[in-house]
Amino acid sequence: MLTKKLVTAGVAAAIAAGTVGVVQAEEGQFIPALTYRTGPYAPGGIPTANGYTDYFHLINERDGGVNGVKFIVEECEYGYKTDRGVECYDRLKDKHGGATAVSPYSTGTTYALIDKATADKIPILSMGYGRTSAADGRVFPYVFNFPATYWSQATAVIQYIANEMGGLEALKDQRFAFIYLDHPYGKEPIPTLDILADRFGFTYDKYPVPFATGTEQKSIWLQIRRTKPAYIIMWGWGVMNATAVKEAANIKFDMSRFIGNWWSASEQDVLPAGDGAIGYKGATFNGSGTDYKVFEDMKGMSGLSDDGDRGTVLYNRGMVNAAYIVEAVRLAQEKYGEGMRVTGEQVRWAFENLDLSAEDIEALGLTGLMPPTKVTCLNHEGTNPAILIQQWNGTAWEIITDWIPAMTDIVRPLIEQDAAQYATENNITPRDCSA
Amino acid sequence: MLYREAGQFKTSYSADQAMLTIPLDRWFVFALTAFAIVGVPLLASEYLIGSILIPVLILSIAALGLNILTGYCGQLSLGTGAFMAAGAYLAYKIATNITWLPIWVVIPLAGLCAAAIGIAFGLPSLRIKGFYLAVATLAAQFFLLWLFVKVPWFVNDSISGVPPAPPRSVFGFEVTGAVAANEAKYLFVLAFVVALAWIARNLARSRIGRSWMAIRDMDIAAELIGIRPLPTKLSAFAISSFYCGVAGALWAMCFINSVEPTAFDITRSFQVLFMVIVGGLGSVLGSFLGAAFIFLLPIILNSAPGWFGYSVASDTITHIEFMLFGVLIIFFLIVEPHGLARLWQIAKEKLRLWPFPY
Repeated sequence: MLTKKLVTAGVAAAIAAGTVGVVQAEEGQFIPALTYRTGPYAPGGIPTANGYTDYFHLINERDGGVNGVKFIVEECEYGYKTDRGVECYDRLKDKHGGATAVSPYSTGTTYALIDKATADKIPILSMGYGRTSAADGRVFPYVFNFPATYWSQATAVIQYIANEMGGLEALKDQRFAFIYLDHPYGKEPIPTLDILADRFGFTYDKYPVPFATGTEQKSIWLQIRRTKPAYIIMWGWGVMNATAVKEAANIKFDMSRFIGNWWSASEQDVLPAGDGAIGYKGATFNGSGTDYKVFEDMKGMSGLSDDGDRGTVLYNRGMVNAAYIVEAVRLAQEKYGEGMRVTGEQVRWAFENLDLSAEDIEALGLTGLMPPTKVTCLNHEGTNPAILIQQWNGTAWEIITDWIPAMTDIVRPLIEQDAAQYATENNITPRDCSA
Repeated sequence: MLYREAGQFKTSYSADQAMLTIPLDRWFVFALTAFAIVGVPLLASEYLIGSILIPVLILSIAALGLNILTGYCGQLSLGTGAFMAAGAYLAYKIATNITWLPIWVVIPLAGLCAAAIGIAFGLPSLRIKGFYLAVATLAAQFFLLWLFVKVPWFVNDSISGVPPAPPRSVFGFEVTGAVAANEAKYLFVLAFVVALAWIARNLARSRIGRSWMAIRDMDIAAELIGIRPLPTKLSAFAISSFYCGVAGALWAMCFINSVEPTAFDITRSFQVLFMVIVGGLGSVLGSFLGAAFIFLLPIILNSAPGWFGYSVASDTITHIEFMLFGVLIIFFLIVEPHGLARLWQIAKEKLRLWPFPY
């Protein structure tokens, strides 16, 4: 009887182990897509996921893949929950011969995957989110966060405000407000802002919005009405953004002095506030709208998503994310063999040697959609982090500035300091990037 | 028939007081434990160990903890996530500041810290009961998470606020951090699970467990027969928080490899509460069954179409997953309101009589 039970347990375990370990025979360049089309963050997750998967579909249909190697995209829905994100990653990473690169679109999941993906030799492309200090490629060989980190973004936003006010000297004795999601993501730019405040002589009030109750902001806006800050900067995500924009419109704050970061400035953040949102500004690194050559190629193509979000800020950002991966795969093939399936490790090399000039982007039909980027071993943020400022005109986001460069002289030492702390805590010997 | 108890006599006090008195039960548990220690690391795939077994075992510890408080002592708590967070943050703080301390000491130490916090938040339980106590523990949930996010001391002033789990070894094998092999992590977690389950089972049938149950069933009657409510309730809070703290520390160190606040938010508290309710209040086995049910069912429902070669849009699967999951919870609660553990018990009763039921 005992043996019977043991055998049954053994068989059950073997079945469980066997069924989940099935590897499909289909060959191609495998992209695990960690998406969240459900749950409280779905409004941001759906367009991002659509843009991401559509671009791979476009490359497969239009170009037949990269040198004949087609992309296989498999989605795993994780609802923005960190543990399910990790589970999705583990479920997908070995399928179809191994993952090419992973873009989780969640700061929490990115943090949880940094060490795991490094051990699995799968590069993470956390494009403009995740761990800022991963920009130090010596400590984080497998993590990339180009085209710019949160800290670079914060300095560039301050630079933009200075430009508006008439130079960095004009920042002196000014009072700003900083509204942020009370979460590691929202708090990321604070050390940078502290340094900037110190250097340029401005002050700023911090207004944390609790993670659980993003919509309760009445008291914050009451204080803002009282203190009359010269500019408001926002680091928000999800439903908090729309609420803040609405509240700002309610107190008749001059919307052109209200600037969101690039996760706080997309269509769903401004539409609920109606006309009140006109003039609201946001940082971005990708263009919006469908006025680009690449969208012409997508016209009439079957198999694309049809949620009607094509051309929105987040959809286009998803496309840019995919485009970076496609170009990295192309570069990896140039080095390791054209028409071959490349491994995660080879794609990592390609990310690190990615150099997309304006001409390259023109050839891809992505001019205006995607910034030129050059990544090095030392600098995984890209060598020229910069942002654009876009403004909402009631129907669309309009880009109103040229590229505003970040103050890398301030940001880089901070990045290196945080990366060094990470390296000591985790017994990592930083790589030598001089070679 | 399967459980043939005829002729099995207990001839000594120790045999009578054994944890598992039926030999077949005993052998089954021993064999299962042995299989979990030897067989699973050899047979199971990396995905099964790393993404399924480790989180289920860790959540079982948390469910055991809440079961002590809610199932045995009758004090409803919604602060499980916060006590897990306390364990996680303090384990990180201790591990990174006292680097020579072995990790198998650090994690129980973090559990003790969580226990101390649990006692503080358990104090209101003397005055308030039922749903009102649940609200008081809800305060713990929000306050503690706010505290850990607010005070950078807990994360060694890490700028990002989400520090990675430091790599630590036991017997020369790395068991925490992302570089550690899944098998090593699994065995490390399993050791805690076995020890804590054994302790919980024994606590429940000892003097302290019986006084918890007396308080649960009727606190005034319990007081009249000489059980002091203060130490009884607070000991339940302390031990429960210890279990939750250990679970939180293991979750951060051995599963998600980083200490981050969203892993321990209010939904985690509810998740563990549902595990206890679905698994069976006041049952050690129920904690395991509940943890497996609540954590695994969504993943199984989500991956099932793939196993049979169907490709369904990922959001459709997730919506179906939500619906089926809800339906199954309701189904089990209707069929057996006392939880999965009770179902198992009924099955056992049936097997005792089989094939001659009366």
